[in-house]
Amino acid sequence: MDVLYFAWVRERIGLPKEKVETEAATVNDLVAELSAREDRYAAAFADLSALRVALDQELSDFDASLAGVREVAFFPPMTGG
Amino acid sequence: MRIAVQEEEFDLGAESNDFAAQDTANGAIVTFTGVVRDMAEGDLDVMEIEHYPGMTERAIAKIAREAKLRWSLGDVLVIHRYGRLAPGDRIMMVATAAPHRKDAFEAAEYLMDYLKSRAPFWKKEITTSGAEWVAAKDEDEDALTRW
Repeated sequence: MDVLYFAWVRERIGLPKEKVETEAATVNDLVAELSAREDRYAAAFADLSALRVALDQELSDFDASLAGVREVAFFPPMTGG
Repeated sequence: MRIAVQEEEFDLGAESNDFAAQDTANGAIVTFTGVVRDMAEGDLDVMEIEHYPGMTERAIAKIAREAKLRWSLGDVLVIHRYGRLAPGDRIMMVATAAPHRKDAFEAAEYLMDYLKSRAPFWKKEITTSGAEWVAAKDEDEDALTRW
């Protein structure tokens, strides 16, 4: 699946988008998998209360299932307007 | 309903005129314009706005559709810019047209409240002393509870 990062999450991880091969069942599982890879991921995902997640471009939750999901995005709370 | 997510400037006068020149059943038109503000320190050079192409348009369309369900609206316009903006630049505008002003005002406020914390934009302030991402405010999230 495609995993996208925005704002300071993108800066901390160091890339805007990557393809991830994963068997993760939920967003939380994917976060754990990514965090175990390298420190920069662990740093970005250290405080999930400061993060939001979108699944296929719809705002979702960290305990949501990844079944059938093609695109996951992680970002801080939005500041539009 | 028109939604535009764009890097280039928009012409506030022309957009307002075009929006107003429509269905004569709408007796009330409300427009709101957001402008890049230089904070108290007065040292803002650039406001960088990042967004999530694809999700941004979907999220705004969803918010606008919800507004049309809640209020009696003739039309809705949302323009939101991204990229590098300077203090005084217009960031975005919202316009609502309705038979009556209460619907137009309330729907415009609703759109603004939701655009602030449910449309995937992120602002970064670049000042003479460095760059910092603008943090979301609790009051912006709280503002949604009144709807």
